[in-house]
Amino acid sequence: MREIRYYEALIEAMAEEMRRDEDVFLMGEDIGLFGGTFRATEGLMAEFGSRRVRDTPIAEAGIIGLALGAAFAGLRPVPELMTINFAIVAMDQIINHVAKMGYMFGGQVKLPLTIRTASGGGTQKAAQHSHSIESWFVNAPGIRVVIPSTPYDAKGLLKTSIRSDDPVLFIEHEMLYSVKGPVPEEEYLIPLGQAEVKRAGSDVTIVCWSKMVIEALAAAEQLGREGIGAEVLDLRTLDPLDWEAVYDSVARTRRCVVAEEGWRTVGVGAEIAARIQEHLFHELEAPVQRVAAADVPLPYAKNLEQAALPHADDIFRAALKITT
Amino acid sequence: MLTDTAKNRLYWQMLLIRRIEERVAEMYGEQQIGGFTHLYIGQEAVAVGAISALNHDDYVISTYRDHGHFLARGGDPNRFMAELFGRDTGICRGKGGSMHLADVDRYFYGGTGIVGGSMPIAVGLALACSYREDDRLALCFFGDGATNQGVWHEALNFAKLWNLPVIFVCENNFYGIGTDVRFSSALSEVYKKASGYGMPGYRINGMDVLEVRQLCDEVVKHVRAGNGPALIEARCYRYQGHSMTDPGRYRARAEEDLWRKRDPIPRLAKLLIDERIATEERLAEIDAEIEEICETAAEFAASSPEPPASALYDYVFAERYPSDPHA
Ligand SMILES: Cc1ncc(C[n+]2csc(CCOP(=O)(O)OP(=O)(O)O)c2C)c(N)n1
Ligand SMILES: [Mg+2]
Repeated sequence: MREIRYYEALIEAMAEEMRRDEDVFLMGEDIGLFGGTFRATEGLMAEFGSRRVRDTPIAEAGIIGLALGAAFAGLRPVPELMTINFAIVAMDQIINHVAKMGYMFGGQVKLPLTIRTASGGGTQKAAQHSHSIESWFVNAPGIRVVIPSTPYDAKGLLKTSIRSDDPVLFIEHEMLYSVKGPVPEEEYLIPLGQAEVKRAGSDVTIVCWSKMVIEALAAAEQLGREGIGAEVLDLRTLDPLDWEAVYDSVARTRRCVVAEEGWRTVGVGAEIAARIQEHLFHELEAPVQRVAAADVPLPYAKNLEQAALPHADDIFRAALKITT
Repeated sequence: MLTDTAKNRLYWQMLLIRRIEERVAEMYGEQQIGGFTHLYIGQEAVAVGAISALNHDDYVISTYRDHGHFLARGGDPNRFMAELFGRDTGICRGKGGSMHLADVDRYFYGGTGIVGGSMPIAVGLALACSYREDDRLALCFFGDGATNQGVWHEALNFAKLWNLPVIFVCENNFYGIGTDVRFSSALSEVYKKASGYGMPGYRINGMDVLEVRQLCDEVVKHVRAGNGPALIEARCYRYQGHSMTDPGRYRARAEEDLWRKRDPIPRLAKLLIDERIATEERLAEIDAEIEEICETAAEFAASSPEPPASALYDYVFAERYPSDPHA
């Protein structure tokens, strides 16, 4: 199969959906003429023009509010927030409006908008450009959270997200944009809510998503050398979350590490650990381990940043602790 | 009128910013500096002209493009460079880096990476001045792109509504990353936005430090006298890409060349010579002095230790509780 990069997979997904449905349009900062800060909209203005690929002012609350209004009126907007840190500027529109209006209006409206954004640290961009705050959005009902780790998943899930009649926050990872992977030429969709085993194993389950899948695979490699079979379960979407896949895997391995890049306290891992103990208390051989970012605003200094972020090594040690 | 000494000082400061940033670019290339680094090269006249019009205890606040403001405020080049190197001796102990320089001893409340984020904070500093009636004021730098954020408009409204001593200085370099201001602002002549809030708006040539200084002297006097806020649009140009990773393909070569001819530093150098304020020899001496400062700063940064691992949790809070995480 041909290999393309994560950002190229995203471009393909958007281009295909825009060709398929005249109501799909993009808006965001520097997405048109500039081609996107992470190149993820490169070439789309050339193909679709400035009516459907709209460069916006730096005004995140406005971008999301406009997208919501356009969605009310039946369009299918795909607004981009350059990074998830700037989604905080638009938090009122996202949480108070996008995530609630379908419910408040008693199901009268559909909200087919997909907010694309980038998260993640690791390149010393310090405390206002590096965070992984997917847990904030998972905490709020009313908005789906999709967070792919591979080019294949990115393309299939973005297409499904765009076709969804519910609001989706589609979170990409800055360190994944240039990663290559197999993506078929022919069209495919990936349903939301289906986790995928990225590596099978029978001794411990590593539940992860986004860039932590890469870290988990590296940790699994390392664990393999110690004779420990680690199963890497990529959730791919955090809302809906494929609980069955989590329970199936953990029921088999009886041990679990949850690895996330966001802050540890009240992270997604806390919810996962809680549900595992609710469902599988008697199956567990050891407490569920959480690997996550230190509870600090990400520091700039390289050594401190690396110390604050979770790595393969941390997953390895957490898994080792409950398997030996 | 400015004294000869003051004019020499303006020149000295602009050149310091220029040369240090050239050094920063070099060090970034050598991966001594990481993350996002936004150079100020080309815009030096705005920081130096505006900040030199202030008292030492007026407040200044900036954006992620904050090197020039930090240095014009008199920040220590050594601690500046050490911060960019992510060292423990950095002005923010390596926590902030290029985008988040702050120097509270100089009332410089620093850089924020969130476009528009500093606007209401500036107004809050001005609120404190007004509250205490202490005859101080706040000056806030931001870009053309920031003027479209909701919070920008909230800030201007507050400032005028409560008649606060704050000066908004827009460095209009015509682009927000790759987006031309004409494609992002309904009213791309930023100074006119002041009228929507009933405050005076001025447009000046931000490539001429004397013009910047002269207008700022007047505006500072007006604002300090209790007449409320003002907005200044300084038209300028950044000579480099938006950040170190921007190839800058969205700007026409002819436009860049035009603005390079307006370089504020040779412009002032020529004036100093023409008006016999300085000699060629003196300017060469200044160059050498500044070279030395840059060299020292780079050496200081390179030889400084990284923050210790134990520093990870320092400054999350000022007061600690037993439940707080620690190293
Ligand atoms: C809230 C927010 N949105 C987007 C960004 C990404 N961003 C960083 S700088 C910038 C352009 C700002 O342009 P301008 O205000 O003109 O300042 P300049 O960079 O030209 O100095 C953008 C969009 C950000 N940092 N914060
Ligand atoms: Mg600008």
